[in-house]
Amino acid sequence: MAAFTLKINGQARQVDVDPNTPLLWAIRDGVGLTGTKYGCGVAQCGACTVYVDGQTVRSCSMPVSAIGTSEITTIEGLDSKEAKAVQAAWVALDVPQCGYCQSGQVMSATALLSLNPKPTDDDIDLAMNGNICRCATYVRIRAAIHGAAKSLEG
Amino acid sequence: MKLFRTSMLALVAGGLAAGLLAFAEPGFQEADAAVSNPTKLQPVSVFAKIKNKNERAVALFTEAGKVIQSPRCMNCHPATDRPTQTDRMRPHIPLVVRGEGGMGAAGGLVCTTCHHENNFDAANVPGNPKWSLAPIEMAWQGKTLGQICTQIKDKERNGGKDMAALVKHMAEDELVGWGWHPGGNRTPAPGTQKQFGELIKAWADAGAACPKG
Repeated sequence: MAAFTLKINGQARQVDVDPNTPLLWAIRDGVGLTGTKYGCGVAQCGACTVYVDGQTVRSCSMPVSAIGTSEITTIEGLDSKEAKAVQAAWVALDVPQCGYCQSGQVMSATALLSLNPKPTDDDIDLAMNGNICRCATYVRIRAAIHGAAKSLEG
Repeated sequence: MKLFRTSMLALVAGGLAAGLLAFAEPGFQEADAAVSNPTKLQPVSVFAKIKNKNERAVALFTEAGKVIQSPRCMNCHPATDRPTQTDRMRPHIPLVVRGEGGMGAAGGLVCTTCHHENNFDAANVPGNPKWSLAPIEMAWQGKTLGQICTQIKDKERNGGKDMAALVKHMAEDELVGWGWHPGGNRTPAPGTQKQFGELIKAWADAGAACPKG
């Protein structure tokens, strides 16, 4: 076990875990932020998506010891204008079904709109294909991203 | 109601995990087991008996080709924008593309979403600080060893490298070197990077002739 100070959502949080612990479990079990979900544990489903220094990262794919002083953002700390537009669009279209994958979906959708304000269907499919939804809400996810993009046009 | 919801979420998580395990590489659970490559590289000295310089160069490159054509190298030199993965060289899952600088599509899935500084066997995800796709002009998949050889020597298609830079790249580059230390259940490239570098240097010294075809 070793002590790590993680900068999560603007706050310094202490965790005492094995250095090889996936960041996901440091966030969920060490810090207690459970919005980030465990889906597959092998970087295949996207449920555990967080931002590390603003970039999407599958938190199951990175040991906590690799984080250093990087800034981590989880679904609980998402508050950009793109995030608010995505969340509003998600509610408007009632996107989630069971909801388990949705924090990862929202993280990836927000990241996409931050870099590409007017994504095409192909852009969306390419950006979101790493986020798997067992309920197959993909059509609503794509529509909601278009809706969020439109709302951000002002 | 709360118990029902919790149970349903657990079922969904379990379903996700089971579904994904079904198409993850077989045997990935054995990621801690060291894997070695039974294919060895013959040392440069073996080729000294070939008196004809061109024939010696061709033989040396053919030996080095065991590395070049291994999945560890070929997977990131795809003929399309999509890399392949595993020893079977199946299309990369999830779908990722070359993008700018070989780092994936901006706004989409970039390499560093999953691949970091080092291999992370807990998730069976390989990593290296330079993890990226080779440029399309360096595509190797679908080509013969002779075609790859000609391509490697072509400064228009090798990143502007002269022969000395090419030898150094093969012998010392960190991402090339990852091929012998891939972690998980990935079969390493044959031999060692040192042996590979010696073969490439000896090939260059012998005139860098390429296999036919």
